[in-house]
Amino acid sequence: MEESTHTPAEQDFLRALAAALPAERVRSGRESLQPYECDGLSVLRELPLCVVLPQDREEVQTLLRLCRQYQIPVVPRGAGTGLSGGARPVAGAVLLSLARMNRILDIDLENRTARVQPGVRNLAISQAVRPFGFYYAPDPSSQIACSIGGNVAENSGGVHCLKYGLTVHNVLALEVLTADGEVLHLGGLTPEVPGYDLLALFIGSEGLLGIVVEVTVRLLPVPENTVVLLAAFAELGLAADAVSAIIAAGIIPAGLEMMDRLAIQAAEDFVHAGYPRDAAAILLCELDGSAEELVERVALVEEILRRQGADSIRVARDPDTRALLWKGRKAAFPAVGRMAPDYYCMDGTIPRGRLAEVLERIARWSEEIGLAVANVFHAGDGNLHPLILYDANAAGQIAAAESFGQRILALCVEVGGSITGEHGVGVEKLDSMCVQFSAAELETMHRIKGAFDPEGRLNPGKAVPTLHRCAELGAMHVHGGVLPFPELERF
Amino acid sequence: MDITGRLQEQVQDAYAAQRPLRIRAGTTKSFYGRPVDADAELDLREHSGIVDYQPAELYVTVRAGTRLRELQETLAGQSQTLAFEPPCHGEDSTIGGVVACGFSGPARPYAGSARDHLLGVRILDGRGQDLRFGGHVMKNVAGYDLSRLMVGAQGSLGVLLELSLKVLPLPARHMTFVQERQMAAAIKELQRWEAQPVPLSASAWMDGQLYLRFSGAESVLAGLRACVDGDLFLPDEATRFWAQLRDQQLPFFASGSPLWRLALPTGTQPVLSELPQVLEWGGSIRWLRGDASAEEIRAQTASRNGYAIQYRGESNSQPFPPLPEPLRTLHGRVKDAMDPRHILNPGRLYTDL
Ligand SMILES: Cc1cc2nc3c(=O)[nH]c(=O)nc-3n(C[C@H](O)[C@H](O)[C@H](O)COP(=O)(O)OP(=O)(O)OC[C@H]3O[C@@H](n4cnc5c(N)ncnc54)[C@H](O)[C@@H]3O)c2cc1C
Repeated sequence: MEESTHTPAEQDFLRALAAALPAERVRSGRESLQPYECDGLSVLRELPLCVVLPQDREEVQTLLRLCRQYQIPVVPRGAGTGLSGGARPVAGAVLLSLARMNRILDIDLENRTARVQPGVRNLAISQAVRPFGFYYAPDPSSQIACSIGGNVAENSGGVHCLKYGLTVHNVLALEVLTADGEVLHLGGLTPEVPGYDLLALFIGSEGLLGIVVEVTVRLLPVPENTVVLLAAFAELGLAADAVSAIIAAGIIPAGLEMMDRLAIQAAEDFVHAGYPRDAAAILLCELDGSAEELVERVALVEEILRRQGADSIRVARDPDTRALLWKGRKAAFPAVGRMAPDYYCMDGTIPRGRLAEVLERIARWSEEIGLAVANVFHAGDGNLHPLILYDANAAGQIAAAESFGQRILALCVEVGGSITGEHGVGVEKLDSMCVQFSAAELETMHRIKGAFDPEGRLNPGKAVPTLHRCAELGAMHVHGGVLPFPELERF
Repeated sequence: MDITGRLQEQVQDAYAAQRPLRIRAGTTKSFYGRPVDADAELDLREHSGIVDYQPAELYVTVRAGTRLRELQETLAGQSQTLAFEPPCHGEDSTIGGVVACGFSGPARPYAGSARDHLLGVRILDGRGQDLRFGGHVMKNVAGYDLSRLMVGAQGSLGVLLELSLKVLPLPARHMTFVQERQMAAAIKELQRWEAQPVPLSASAWMDGQLYLRFSGAESVLAGLRACVDGDLFLPDEATRFWAQLRDQQLPFFASGSPLWRLALPTGTQPVLSELPQVLEWGGSIRWLRGDASAEEIRAQTASRNGYAIQYRGESNSQPFPPLPEPLRTLHGRVKDAMDPRHILNPGRLYTDL
């Protein structure tokens, strides 16, 4: 009965696929497709033509060649934790799950690298090399679930990116399949490779330029000692200014995170980390290094925090207390999730110096619009994650939350930042891309896409909006102005 | 001075006339790469000056023709620096030239490369369009990362107009040790140090001596002093040594025979050890001099999964290792996307780019 909705070409393709791959690699039929209908951005749903779960590179190649032959688009998917709809299926397209390609292929202690398949979970890499005294630095809060292939596609960050960089700074080499199934080797174990830096171009390309089938990451030695400071502030602005003051003093902490009152209370109710419930904001500052160095720097940071008006400061030196302090931060998203039926997680970056002002404006809009906002974010990088609380079943609230989100992103661009720091554009921020880039810049991105995937088969309709879409919007807004409610389903 | 308007007009005219341009700045690096097949010149030197410098935000936006020395002095005034330690091939070296060539100095394996510190660019593409990619915030994943693509493209994908670079605090102190080591033992020793959480910030080997530099707060270095073998270099001498290595002013680099740059996986055992050589970057860069044939050097390097670049020498018709398919075709398509009429530094990197 499903067959009837397929075009003849799709039917031919499905038959050829069934002949080419073992039966358990392919899923079709509404019921088995439903678990894949969205990624972490669950308001956007679509059923794919079918789901394919290859076990090795050759099976991915087989699939890609059939897709070329039958002109079927492909949407790659890792663990599906993405928050911008990047892995959301496209109607009539194959959803290619890399989740079963989850083996660690090689750990090279001499060169301090690990070679892994794309479906390996981020945390699994650090766990595998921990016995040898190493770890993989980028640590998204979703690290127990998200895949390294997804991290590459999104150029993911995490708490420790302030000091240790993003995915692009920690991935050395990729094996990639083009839309035609050809093998590309990008980067390498050498500090430079001939030609253009296509590795840097590829990282963060959201599954539009190729399928990652192997990743070689750089491993770092685990720091000797770590200390976490928790500082409580009576005003949001004081905490925001303290962030700038720490950086301005020449200190690059391993992590510098901020939570506001709503987020603190949600986290406290959820995991009882011992956060001060009455504070307007807290900062979590992690410092690492040798014992001697830490004594000095902890004292310096304490002094700065006091000078910036911190009401109380806790210093956690032992692993258990440190873990407890981080637990509240790491559980903040689900904790906030308990406070309202739904929440919408935003992801913009701004210059640190504008933190206080931007948070204040978001708070004012929150009151005007009548939707609460909890803030929990990578303050050291200026990477905001306002969580807009709403109820999808209440009339107009989805629309209100979405337009509120767009306003926040437009504000980020206005103060000199970006519409996305780490979650990517996906389908969610296509309209906001029109705010950040000119038509000529977007056109250049489409040309780059054309260089890799001339027929546009990989993850169509994601990451870079068509000029047509922007033109339609452009008629309604000017320069960093507030965007009207977007029709998210329009490409 | 901002001469964007003039530069844009020149590129647009060149596009209309299909007339190739040789992009030049300080021309301190014209020894590097292939000769550009162009009669007309696009001169970036006047396009200079700092556009925006926010020490507390850890970034600087600078016009590409700004002299490297001038930029570094400005940053040092705020106790900050470009942590990739860009080499300065002469007084006239510009930041645009450094980024276009993708050059980094001794700190590169420990602090990251030029591309790691680039946050955003403003460029003219081969149609003369004024485009911006990236930005000046630390994290930005909106759209493809076309800014980092410019690093090392040697001007063949776009004329760099402005660069936003991450800046970092100057380390409080440095400490350099010198140890007597044969090459193979030095490579082992480097491996050992790089696997430890210590603030190693530069490394080199030449003439039977291994040089290790550590950087950081006084307290950290004091703790290390007891753990590292070898003689401590006097601070001034050490500073001079690393600067001369970075800028290729050491006697090794002055002699006449062709100079090769080998990029290898860090732990690679000695290669062509009969030839005079200098190791940098934990052993992953090896400078080689001597009269071995290009074929021999390329073959020896390739067999160890490395690459050899003929950095300086007379017959520089093909200094960079050839690209394998399908990468080569893809390079051509990326070039066509950015510079469809091949008017920007054609031939500098490869004959067909
Ligand atoms: C609670 C929570 C917290 C989070 N915290 C963070 C955080 O701190 N920092 C951060 O950066 N992100 C965070 N994220 C977002 C998300 O986890 C990351 O974007 C992650 O990298 C996605 O990985 P994934 O395997 O789930 O990819 P998916 O969601 O499956 O896919 C993401 C994108 O990658 C593409 N893709 C996936 N695999 C491949 C492949 N092998 N080849 C080519 N393209 C591929 C997809 O097409 C899609 O465009 C968070 C998400 C959640 C739910």
